[in-house]
Amino acid sequence: MNEQELQNIRADFPILQEKIYNKDLIYFDNGATTQKPRCVVEKIEEGYYHLNANIHRGVHFLSQKATEAHEAARTTVAEFLHASKREEIIFTRGTTEAINLVASSFGEAFCHEGDEIIVSVMEHHSNIVPWQMLCERKGLTLRVIPMNEFGELNIDEYKKLLNSRTRIVSVGHVSNVLGTINPVAEIITLAHNQNIPVLVDGAQSVPHIPVNVMELDADFYVFSGHKIYGPTGIGALYGKEKWLNAMPPYQGGGEMISTVTFKKTTYNELPFKFEAGTPDYIGSTALAEALRYVQDIGIEKIAAHEHDLLIYGTQRLMEIEGMRIIGTAKNKSAVISFLVGNIHPYDVGMLLDKLGIAVRTGHHCAQPLIDSLGIAGTVRASFAFYNTKEEIDEFIKALKRVVEMLS
Amino acid sequence: MTINELQDSIIEEFSMFDDWMDKYSLLIDLGNSLQPITDQDKTPQNIIEGCQSRVWLNAEMNNGIITYRGESDAVLVKGIVSLLIQVLSGHTPDEIINTELYFIEKIGLREHLSPTRSNGLLAMIKQMKMYALAFKAKANS
Repeated sequence: MNEQELQNIRADFPILQEKIYNKDLIYFDNGATTQKPRCVVEKIEEGYYHLNANIHRGVHFLSQKATEAHEAARTTVAEFLHASKREEIIFTRGTTEAINLVASSFGEAFCHEGDEIIVSVMEHHSNIVPWQMLCERKGLTLRVIPMNEFGELNIDEYKKLLNSRTRIVSVGHVSNVLGTINPVAEIITLAHNQNIPVLVDGAQSVPHIPVNVMELDADFYVFSGHKIYGPTGIGALYGKEKWLNAMPPYQGGGEMISTVTFKKTTYNELPFKFEAGTPDYIGSTALAEALRYVQDIGIEKIAAHEHDLLIYGTQRLMEIEGMRIIGTAKNKSAVISFLVGNIHPYDVGMLLDKLGIAVRTGHHCAQPLIDSLGIAGTVRASFAFYNTKEEIDEFIKALKRVVEMLS
Repeated sequence: MTINELQDSIIEEFSMFDDWMDKYSLLIDLGNSLQPITDQDKTPQNIIEGCQSRVWLNAEMNNGIITYRGESDAVLVKGIVSLLIQVLSGHTPDEIINTELYFIEKIGLREHLSPTRSNGLLAMIKQMKMYALAFKAKANS
């Protein structure tokens, strides 16, 4: 990505020009949510101004247009993930709802007392709690893949965990705390050798690295729109048709039915079976716009630029005395968690904020991981393709000042 | 000094700074100079768990006057703990119960008290008043 391309991209994101406490905003909290390009915001506005009518059931012009836009968005998502069929894309409110959907519906159909579910130690709470709830409901056991000191999953231990009682494996593609890019292809192959399906939490991967669900042979792949420059409240679940067909609906209501009588209701076919109620068709349309925006730039190009930022940011952070990077996997996304000496992350985050720099502090919704590291939390800088090396320089300058104040 | 006089003097002290970093420097100094709570007092009963940082709080009453001791693992939170102790320690249960704490907002540190910030401070303030209520009830019984 050359300087001009980068400046053009930055110009597409109006919020990057904001002043925070009279200082230029430096937004390094992209792991939590990303900023929106103008075209996405305009798509939302256009939707409400020119395209708003409830979809699927209407016979009138606007309803048809909105339906077409929503279904076109489904195709865009399917193409983005390289899914084989557009019916395999279910719109959800985000990653969390998608995992809850699978835990609930897959769990209902396929899990029985004594069965086991495998997650990893570095999962976000969203990929732990839905499974724990299922475990409690059905008397299952949650098994956990450990990691090494660099923050890489221990695949030998994983192999030992797989057994005839394992019903599903659910792992994150990229850790939101450590940045580790997990070897999901290998994880999937190993599970498939024993006919065990795998869900991949793609919340932190889809915005940053190329994802091909067919190549990975993932059974389920989930992500959130707001983390890939789209709106909040919309995300998607990719599921292989064979699983989705065999799973009962998640929620009941409109749209997901075929016929309803007080005696018996029959359900709609895929994907509608899993989309009860009025779908967020404005959100889906804006999400598709975000995906097109990313595609136009090119996910490989984005990944390369973010990798540069990761390398540069890591190098510069290491200049600071007492710096401890949490998560040093060989294969890493542009997320840097760190601690400086004995300084509490909260203090660092609060002071950086006053200098216009947005980072995240705490346990990042991954308490079991943070506990396993024996720390109270981390400071996390997570980059997006609109971030620059100059911003990293400013960040380092600010961090040095903050560390001096707190030492 | 009354509780409100103490609050007002803190407001005045902080009003000298218009730069955020200066305010926070003062807060860090206050945090660092707060008398640490003893390890014996760092009991599970005295801990107030926040999502990000933790606060320890202990209180005792002698001759009708309450003395608080507190600490936090985050120095900025410790600074605010120090201010709260400065304001409320050395007063009677009634004075403490009837106090409206306005200085934190006035000195621009309200964000530390937001329920979502979860640093334990909001719960600590509640706990300080609970101690006062408990001591009052004990004294009356």
